[in-house]
Amino acid sequence: MAEAAAPREGSALVTGASRGIGAAIARALARDGWRVGVNYRSDRSGAESVVSEIESKGGEAIALAADVADPGAPEELFGALESRFDGPVLVLVNNAGISRDDLTPSLDDEEWNAVLETNLTAAFRLTRRALKAMLRARSGRIVNISSAVALRANPGQANYAAAKAGLIALTKTSAVEVARRGVTVNAVAPGLIETDFIGGASKEIVQAIPARRIGTPEEVAACVRFLTSDEASYVTGAVLTVDGGLAA
Amino acid sequence: MATVTAEQVETRVVETLASFGPDADQISRESTFEELDIDSLDLVELAQVVEDDYGVVLKGEDMKELKTVGDAIDLIVSRAD
Repeated sequence: MAEAAAPREGSALVTGASRGIGAAIARALARDGWRVGVNYRSDRSGAESVVSEIESKGGEAIALAADVADPGAPEELFGALESRFDGPVLVLVNNAGISRDDLTPSLDDEEWNAVLETNLTAAFRLTRRALKAMLRARSGRIVNISSAVALRANPGQANYAAAKAGLIALTKTSAVEVARRGVTVNAVAPGLIETDFIGGASKEIVQAIPARRIGTPEEVAACVRFLTSDEASYVTGAVLTVDGGLAA
Repeated sequence: MATVTAEQVETRVVETLASFGPDADQISRESTFEELDIDSLDLVELAQVVEDDYGVVLKGEDMKELKTVGDAIDLIVSRAD
């Protein structure tokens, strides 16, 4: 891994960053010079190892415990980052997500609500908090990690798909609201990515992917890194699929 | 909270509005947001400044009623009491 770029003003927050896609995003943003808040809910050692890895490459990061579904989490997370890194949070990556899969006739309210709370409502609350400082700074990048299942049905995931599709609508609406302030809001929609989250994917599923393979967290992180960069200043309200052609 | 004077609020409001584009000397109590080219997003930002500085929470509903800079100042002062 390359050494970190020169530090930037402000900081970046990645939710659900102790492993998988979130961890890869945190590492990629650190390489770009962002000081990174590595949020985790339960996997403290995972988050701490992401932080150590970033620090070993000359970057700065801090592990932040919080369940994003808790309404108090945004204030806790942003407050901690603002004081630790002495400046506004200028990048927010809403990556934290859970799944409670079941076919629609069997989905119960708890399974529906838990997924909507963590995957959609939490992203809204964090976005609302983030925009305060970004609007004033006339600068900011929000990236919401949606999913290919928001675009192409996957049986057993009505709750997950509804939340991820909702994230796209949140992305587009908030993007147009704040576009004239130099703040961009985009979504990345990963397909099947090699993480603990999906477990072992069957051969049949891989056959359905035009690229005939599962993606890597780093391939998703590269897209997020671009969307948070200065070069992506005219990209807003977009959905970038990273799925080997699955939803095409 | 310490008492806030109308003058303090006026100074802060004018300064904040000026940061959105118009010249400060162009802004008076009688100026309408329309003629200053202050839009809904500007008013949301103004509301955030007011909340941070005076603890006065202004919702979109409140802001919709405001036509002039004086309206905004009067509302903030009345809520801050």
